[in-house]
Amino acid sequence: MSATTTTHIPAATRERPPSGLVGPVAWMRANLFGSWISSAVSLVLLYVILRAGWSLLDWGVIHAVWTVPQGANGADTTACRDAIGTGACWALVPEKYRFILFGFYPFAQQWRPAIVIVLFLAMFAISANRRFWRIELLYAWLVALVAIGVLMWGGILGMPYVAQDQWGGLPITLILATFGLAFAFPLAILVALGRRSTGMPAVKLICVVYVELIRGVPLISLLFMASVLFPLFLPEGIDIDKLLRAQVAIILFAAAYLAEVVRAGLQALPKGQGEAADALGLSYGKKTLLIVLPQALKLVIPPLVNTFIGFFKDTSLVLIIGIFDLLKSGLTAVADPNWQSFGTEVYILLAVIYFAFCFAMSKYSRGLERSLDRGHRR
Amino acid sequence: MSGATLDPRLANARVAPRKKFQFSWADPRFRSLVWQVVIVGGIALLVWYLAHNTARNLAARHIATGFDFLGKSAAIPIGESLLPFTSSVSTYGLALVIGILNTLKLAVVGVVLATILGTLVGIGRLSPNWLVSRLTGIYVETLRNIPVLLQLFFWAALLQTLPGPRQAFHPIAGVFLSNRGIKLPTIDWLPGHLWVLVAFLIGLAGTIAWSRAARRRQDMTGVKPLVWPAGVLLLIGLPAVVWLALGLPLALDVPALRGFNFAGGMTVTPEYGAMLLGLVLYTATYIAEIVRTGILAVPQGQWEAAGALGLGRGQLLRRIVLPQALRVIVPPMTSQYLNLIKNSSLGVAIGYAETVSIANTTLNQTGQAIEGIAIIMVVYLAFSLSISLFMNWYNARIALVER
Repeated sequence: MSATTTTHIPAATRERPPSGLVGPVAWMRANLFGSWISSAVSLVLLYVILRAGWSLLDWGVIHAVWTVPQGANGADTTACRDAIGTGACWALVPEKYRFILFGFYPFAQQWRPAIVIVLFLAMFAISANRRFWRIELLYAWLVALVAIGVLMWGGILGMPYVAQDQWGGLPITLILATFGLAFAFPLAILVALGRRSTGMPAVKLICVVYVELIRGVPLISLLFMASVLFPLFLPEGIDIDKLLRAQVAIILFAAAYLAEVVRAGLQALPKGQGEAADALGLSYGKKTLLIVLPQALKLVIPPLVNTFIGFFKDTSLVLIIGIFDLLKSGLTAVADPNWQSFGTEVYILLAVIYFAFCFAMSKYSRGLERSLDRGHRR
Repeated sequence: MSGATLDPRLANARVAPRKKFQFSWADPRFRSLVWQVVIVGGIALLVWYLAHNTARNLAARHIATGFDFLGKSAAIPIGESLLPFTSSVSTYGLALVIGILNTLKLAVVGVVLATILGTLVGIGRLSPNWLVSRLTGIYVETLRNIPVLLQLFFWAALLQTLPGPRQAFHPIAGVFLSNRGIKLPTIDWLPGHLWVLVAFLIGLAGTIAWSRAARRRQDMTGVKPLVWPAGVLLLIGLPAVVWLALGLPLALDVPALRGFNFAGGMTVTPEYGAMLLGLVLYTATYIAEIVRTGILAVPQGQWEAAGALGLGRGQLLRRIVLPQALRVIVPPMTSQYLNLIKNSSLGVAIGYAETVSIANTTLNQTGQAIEGIAIIMVVYLAFSLSISLFMNWYNARIALVER
């Protein structure tokens, strides 16, 4: 309605806003030079940004070495060595990316972990979409996890067997993070419910001690426990491989933190919901599964995703007990004498990979927060 | 887990008399008892099974248990320690104490610096200056999405690439940056300094008294006398006068290049520097977000009311916004402090001699795995508990006092 009326006003009579209030000059006056102190800060920052940006561009693009020739034993990195201090050696990326992504996985078979990575990414993308949040998604994950296991181990369908100690790189990081959360989450819900229970003091005590104990110690102490103590805990002759032990430690660690997030959701849920379910005569299981948990979990989705991001980053700690994750394969790539002085380039590459995953998750969490919040706004 | 169906308030609201405890599945109390026995029994069984296996495994490997190893001499090369330590002469117990002290040295300095940096960045993100808010935003978004371990490796590698002592960076007199760490001059303690310290303490007391008097005067007359000139005079002027009167006693211990390394002064080792830099920069991103949300949680009306009263921006932040924001800020801040302390255990990856790194070396050398890990856990639990207690006390102090 208003659109039609405004179009009828002759252009000549319509007044333009004063030139001091719109346009880039006005924007700069408001946002960069608001006061003399703001102007001073802006000028200093502009200088710093231009200087730093230029030297970064100079190092990373202009003087960077993009390819190196192949020598008798491996790549010939003299060109890179000459550029140390003046330019980055991006030749390292095409040379080493397969090692960084897949570790010591047999070179000819590396299409298998590559498919695993793609499969993980596809499953993450599907799970992120709220339209697919139903029971079929769970089955899809089960199928995907079986496929991942088959691809990584092989031994059937004509794929040669690859022992677990040859796995490495990004698949390890994704496996640790995904399986860790998949198992930690149900455990966390049980612990949170146990901690909230009023009728079972003994169970409550166990849950409190478990959560506070795990949250009080660093993850690395649990990983040491997994690598040194778990073999002592098991009867003689039974030997679990290192990856699985680290996975158990991560699950126990993640569950304690997730339990606290879930508990916050349970506490935030109005008491009337549980009481109404009791009044309807629902059993504890039905009340919890149908009434309490769906609402409580919805309340805490953003902090849950933040916790997920934390665990994704924390999986990098497994390298301390000698598991070949993404970070470790990156560090090993530059242990190669030919490439020894190019740590910075590898650190940047690894940082970009981790950042891509974490930033995608945090963006997603923020979007979800906004769309979930809509239901509460009147 | 179908025991706790009854809300306690429901039980009270009932008119029906309290039922007798029945050994029947229909009685919720019986059900919860059974479930508890089953769960506790199951866990006890598991623990017993694991303990049994452990005992058998230890016996099979001829490992003695107990903490006797703490008294044995330890062959651990420790790069930096606050206590005198000689490798292969001093004991494992002393090595662990040094490790704990190193953890504390890192944690205390780290917490203070991360709080300062995080607060500045958090306020910066709300700055009306577009460049400031954008730059701080990029800093926060980038560093909190990269694993702290990767950042620590990066800083450690960066500090390793600094030139050797002979070509050390020499930004100002007495400060050297090299791959042996940062060398800083220290001030030797002279007897005359005691009087300067006494003068400073008197000045401090005087400043507090003056600011109280100023507050009283403001309450009575509405006009507040200036506090900062008296403070400068008492805190800086008085010690300076005493120092002058004593004839300027000063002896600096300036680091100097002797042969292939530096002598004198104070050293910040590359490992400590990398740990501190990495942990502070990483934790500050979280603290910045906490501070930002805390400030945003203060209702807009509070800002406007303060503006209507004619308060300046500094007074507005200090007297109106901060006290209210602190209530939102302190609880999550506690867990960030705890995270920093727990992350300090990553020193084991880059060779900083803190608790976990020394305990790890100890358990590798002595084979006392259970004891070594128990020590790590007890130490960190003690840290966590004491920080939680302190922050809970502080939180209670700043909490809103209601009628």
